[in-house]
Amino acid sequence: MLKSILIFCLAFNTVSSFGAGQASVRVEPANLHGSRPLQEQTETAVIRDYMQSWESFRAALEQNSALLLDQDFVGTAKEKLTDTIQQQALLGVSTHYMDREHDLQIVFYSPEGLSIEIVDKVQYDMQFLDKKRVITTQRMSARYIVILTPSEVRWRVRVFQTVPE
Amino acid sequence: MRLRQLFLIISLAVVTMQLALAQGLNMTFPRVFKAGNSFSIQSSGNGKATLYIIGPGQVLKRDVQLGEMIFFQSASLSNSGHYLAVLVAGSEKKSGTFDIVPSSQPAELSFLAKPSRLPVDLKGGITGAVYVFDAYHNLIYTPALVSFELSSPGGSMQTKVLLTHDGAAWTGMDSTALQGTDRFVARMGDVSETRLVQQVPGDPCGLKMSAQQSGQQIQLATETVYDCRGNPVTDGTIVTFTESYHGTLWTVDVPIKRGFAEVEMPSINGAAISVASGIVLGNQIEWKR
Repeated sequence: MLKSILIFCLAFNTVSSFGAGQASVRVEPANLHGSRPLQEQTETAVIRDYMQSWESFRAALEQNSALLLDQDFVGTAKEKLTDTIQQQALLGVSTHYMDREHDLQIVFYSPEGLSIEIVDKVQYDMQFLDKKRVITTQRMSARYIVILTPSEVRWRVRVFQTVPE
Repeated sequence: MRLRQLFLIISLAVVTMQLALAQGLNMTFPRVFKAGNSFSIQSSGNGKATLYIIGPGQVLKRDVQLGEMIFFQSASLSNSGHYLAVLVAGSEKKSGTFDIVPSSQPAELSFLAKPSRLPVDLKGGITGAVYVFDAYHNLIYTPALVSFELSSPGGSMQTKVLLTHDGAAWTGMDSTALQGTDRFVARMGDVSETRLVQQVPGDPCGLKMSAQQSGQQIQLATETVYDCRGNPVTDGTIVTFTESYHGTLWTVDVPIKRGFAEVEMPSINGAAISVASGIVLGNQIEWKR
């Protein structure tokens, strides 16, 4: 069953002085290679929680505060991002990520319902600061592979990794 | 006047130096590195500079001498991802992107098997899903073969070999005919993960009871209760005895002990007595003293 392609525009609040705005989110019909059917409510919740994880990710790396990851990240993803934040704090640098476009698709829903995998082609701006001095601002694109697992009330990101396009 | 000349000369020298740097400042590196491997970036130009490696997975900063090879020892960059390298010398900058990709050697399987307990002889009753990671916990997303093996204590084995998609693979297996603990193994190369799956007997099959007089009561007892595959049904499973006579009903629930269930009920000539367990109905007796 083909669903029409959904295009959302989600508003994001940002504390960054650079590139404030909205990210457009395009959701391709799921292309599952698992056995479990994906209910619409599940799909909506996963995408909503994943997009919120980008807000946490942005804020955490901008403010060098790993605590901001707690709500949306868990496991390996949280550990790796926490390490990055600690490295940034140690070096006196910070990174501002501003996602512009998401083109995402759910590719795997594990049969026992305990994990969902998303592939997301992301266009984003990245501004890097060393002791508050802007070193560079770049428009980047990357293909992310993301694995989310359910927690008490939300889906949280367990793997957050880019792959070459 | 001399001061102005001196200022002009110094300004000219600074501009000339910056131009020289700008013309010479560069770096070259491969577009893709394997996670954890050592790698080098060749810089060109003169003087000192700062190199930044920036990505969500890691951030590095290093003071470098332009014109030299910048060497990163193994495990310097171990998190798979898309990185930006920026070389800064004064006001001059040079940047480029590269990717760190996972090692192709698996080191860890994240294996989810469900359920941990199920009845025997259930088609597709057991599922397993696996994600494959390298030694640095990077998801290995390139297709690779994973085998799933389900072995029972009776020696039977089901094996499926599948290709991962985006780092994931899954399978469904049938529970076998014999009760006991099965080993469910996911394997890739030398790496494997095992989960234990408890297979318990299914519903009773061919439930049969007998009756005999016992004083003023009637003694009812089932034969040993088996499932349809011949596994003795687990002790504690409830068996229901029902006696009816002219619209009056007596019902007693009894757990199976040591393989069978027994009970004493009123001995009434002409009563109909039946036995059941769950949705499974056993034989019926019309009691005659």
